[in-house]
Amino acid sequence: MAKISLKNVTKNYGNLEVVHAINLDIAHNEFVVLVGPSGCGKSTTLRMIAGLEDISGGTISIGPEVVNDLPPRKRNISMVFQNYALYPHMSVRENLGFGLKIAKHDEATIVARVNEAAEVLGLDELLERTPAELSGGQRQRVAMGRAIVRHPQAFLFDEPLSNLDAKLRVQMRTEIKKLHQKVKTTVVYVTHDQVEAMTLADRIVVMKDGHIEQVGTPMEVFNHPVNTFVASFIGSPPMNLIPAEILGERIQFAGELTLPVPQRLRALVNSGQKVVFGMRPDDLTPVGHGIAESGDMARIHLKVTLAELLGTETILYTEVAGQEAQGKMYGPREIGPGEILEFDVAMEKTHLFDAVTGKSVRPHHG
Amino acid sequence: MHGSLKKRMTTWLIWALTFILMVVMCVPGLWVVLTAFRPNGEVLAKPPVWIPEQFNLDNFAKIFGFGANQLAIPVPSYFANSLIIALTSTAIALLIGMSGGYAFARYRFRFKNGMFLWLMLSRTVPGIALSLPIFMIWSRLGLIDTKMGLIIVYVALNVPFTIWLIDGFFRQIPKEMSEAAQVDGCTRWQAFWKIEFPLAKSGIASAGIFAFLTSWNEYALASNLTRSTDSKTLPVGLMDFTAQFTIDWAGMSAMAVIIIIPALILTFLVQKHLIAGLTFGGVKG
Repeated sequence: MAKISLKNVTKNYGNLEVVHAINLDIAHNEFVVLVGPSGCGKSTTLRMIAGLEDISGGTISIGPEVVNDLPPRKRNISMVFQNYALYPHMSVRENLGFGLKIAKHDEATIVARVNEAAEVLGLDELLERTPAELSGGQRQRVAMGRAIVRHPQAFLFDEPLSNLDAKLRVQMRTEIKKLHQKVKTTVVYVTHDQVEAMTLADRIVVMKDGHIEQVGTPMEVFNHPVNTFVASFIGSPPMNLIPAEILGERIQFAGELTLPVPQRLRALVNSGQKVVFGMRPDDLTPVGHGIAESGDMARIHLKVTLAELLGTETILYTEVAGQEAQGKMYGPREIGPGEILEFDVAMEKTHLFDAVTGKSVRPHHG
Repeated sequence: MHGSLKKRMTTWLIWALTFILMVVMCVPGLWVVLTAFRPNGEVLAKPPVWIPEQFNLDNFAKIFGFGANQLAIPVPSYFANSLIIALTSTAIALLIGMSGGYAFARYRFRFKNGMFLWLMLSRTVPGIALSLPIFMIWSRLGLIDTKMGLIIVYVALNVPFTIWLIDGFFRQIPKEMSEAAQVDGCTRWQAFWKIEFPLAKSGIASAGIFAFLTSWNEYALASNLTRSTDSKTLPVGLMDFTAQFTIDWAGMSAMAVIIIIPALILTFLVQKHLIAGLTFGGVKG
């Protein structure tokens, strides 16, 4: 229940700088997800907040206090580790109560709080077992229970679901979300899975190579990626990114294909400018099988090379300007390979990025 | 049917081989124990007496100075020396082994690999090759015929091994355990004693046993560095049974049994701690 703020936080290992002066303010009770490919510095950042990693530069504060030089135990945070790190020589009850015992709470308080946490997480039946006797999902829950019994100022999660199988992962994702709604606390959550980020976060922090690329709500990050990296990282299947050039009011692709410049961006590009055209699969749909079919639309004919049936929708693989691109078909019908379809392109939802900087071309207000 | 016959044959063969192996390993020990309870005359008899005809505690009584014909061998002092030297050197070797093993397992520091290699290389030098240099240095330092002299030698002998063994056990414990404990409110020191130490206990116990047995059984160096009841250990004391023309095999065997018993007791006591696998389950299964 505290805000966390990072100011110019830097981390070096010897001469190697892995986190480059990042700034981030996390509000009271906010669920913030740090997401990025491996090696982007997200775990290091989390470990710096926890105090498990020294801070090479800048300041981190939790609540009103600068915690740069405080050891983990004085930061009043709790952490769930990727491998759970349960104490194997203790029962579930002892695991849950360990932090309280160290803090010298009296026995009655410990019992009450452990029971409370066990109830919240459905661990009542498992209290006398040892970690070795638990399934992956149960261990995960014990790790979360150990985090909540201490009523910390903030929860830190370090890829907590990556050791679970796909089905359990989805289930635990929901449980974490519910837990946050029940136990209102600031959460910093690290994952490399953009779906987890989208579903859990109040705000997403997209990181790459030790820099923060974009901070925003899931919808902001999804609808208005600031650059090609964020555009390709958030969303599944990923956004199609196709190099092109602006010629007057048209986007000229390699070969014959052209599309109109989206109306909202016309004033922002110059003829001759090299760009990358970005279009989500949801915005490339066969005529009559899309979601948005009004507004700033364009039509193109494309040959389908492969169709992936998902039930309510089908992913269509096709080629745009010699490059593989994916479209979606809602209310699908059978598609034969090689079939040529007419596609709607929802131009108002497409993006243009500068080919050199990779930055999104967008009106300044947002 | 053919298959099951073949399987039965294999089983029998394995049992037979195991039996032969056990005989080779156990008979000398058994013979020592048998000899310890028989009079010297029967031991030296020709033709040999395979099945003991007399079986008593005379040899032990003699060693400890009971009965008519006493031996002039100060077994109680040897025993005390052995115990003091072995326990002290084991305790010190474990303390250094734990600190060193933990450091090698958890910290990054300069020349870490070099130091580790150097420690391991020191194990390749046969102890007896060091006896002359140690003797010369110890005589300058006045450490000849002192318990301290032997303790230092045994600590040096055991430390590389204890560090190596304990390092391996600490390595198996994920560092997240100690981190979780620190986030839970422990100091690094508390995290070590409450989490990492209990988990590495089996490793530390095995290292302790090995160190103790090395010191307890060591003969070559001790025979060079000791002179009197001030420091002579049990294995060295065995040689007291050899006179110019005779060897008291029965007495020597009785003493050997006395040497074996504490080692056996200790091994049994610590045995349950040797069961590893305690760390499983704490992390991803």
